[in-house]
Amino acid sequence: MNATLACVLALAAGTYVFRLAGPVLHGRVELPARVQELLTVGATVLLVALLATGALTEGQGFAGWARPAGVLAGGVLAWRRAPFAVVVVGAAATTALLRLAGVQ
Amino acid sequence: MCSPHRTDDPSHRTGEGATGLVRFSDLPPGVLRDIALVWLADAVVGVSFGAIAVGGGLPVWVPVLMSLLVYAGSAQFSAVGVLTAGGGPVAAAATGLLLNSRTAAFSLALADDLGRSWTARLIGAHLVTDETAAFVLAQEGRRQRKAAFWISGVGLFVAWNLSVLAGALAGSALGDTDRFGLDAAFPAVLLALVLPALRGDSAARRASAVGAVVAVASAPLLPAGVPVLLALLGLLAARRGPRRPRTASSRSAS
Repeated sequence: MNATLACVLALAAGTYVFRLAGPVLHGRVELPARVQELLTVGATVLLVALLATGALTEGQGFAGWARPAGVLAGGVLAWRRAPFAVVVVGAAATTALLRLAGVQ
Repeated sequence: MCSPHRTDDPSHRTGEGATGLVRFSDLPPGVLRDIALVWLADAVVGVSFGAIAVGGGLPVWVPVLMSLLVYAGSAQFSAVGVLTAGGGPVAAAATGLLLNSRTAAFSLALADDLGRSWTARLIGAHLVTDETAAFVLAQEGRRQRKAAFWISGVGLFVAWNLSVLAGALAGSALGDTDRFGLDAAFPAVLLALVLPALRGDSAARRASAVGAVVAVASAPLLPAGVPVLLALLGLLAARRGPRRPRTASSRSAS
């Protein structure tokens, strides 16, 4: 079998197993309320870590100033309860304009 | 087995709940528009993913099949990055799996929201992504959470796969998508989505702050995917603080 196809299939199968963890364990294992609460907080922690590394890093290095500046602009807009579209466009536009101005 | 003759279930009368049908009207006002925006934003990323993969020398079927079966943006980017950089299929699959191991945590957190039938669970599991997790966690009620999951999940799957196909066919004509600032839009989307969960919950704030610092500090040292998982150490900070129900809190006014 083609090695690239094998790679895609292995990645797909493994990912699906991860995703099945919730539905398969659900109902069989009665999770205490404390653990369920921790899982919810854990999902939030993962999302925040994802956005922090996504904003600041590229590969294993610093992403440059334009991207975190854009994310910060989006974050301020979100904090002020701006509409979602404004947050997204504000973040992208800030970064795009900074890059246009030569900031990387 | 659930008996069709059970009459004490109030949802039985209308058929909803029992069949688990999801309606657009289950979503609070404005949420559908937010979801549609993420579809659109992800579609643009999908186009760039398809274009980058084909531009890097991979045949069209690789990004297309990957999007259908793996269906995880960051893992697809990293796997294609490894493949086009000549890193080999084993390294590509391992990197992608490491990145996707967080979906296990999301799927545990969302297990209640996919629905009761095994068909719903088996199909729903494939739709667990960062985006659907964030939308579900932003909803309060059970019906709202389920609707947010299925509506955002199915739409995202369609948008992602169509856009990857379009990008792969368009090839590398699109050029460098970074100049549109899209790389900043995604962290900002996640930030906007987790803010409601952070506003009312000081334990989640503490845990997330510690986790983010751990992840960013370890990012230069560790392979992709590991820093985000290490962020779960932040949960230790959540456990240590005083826990009390929301109504009893004195300071968290907003």
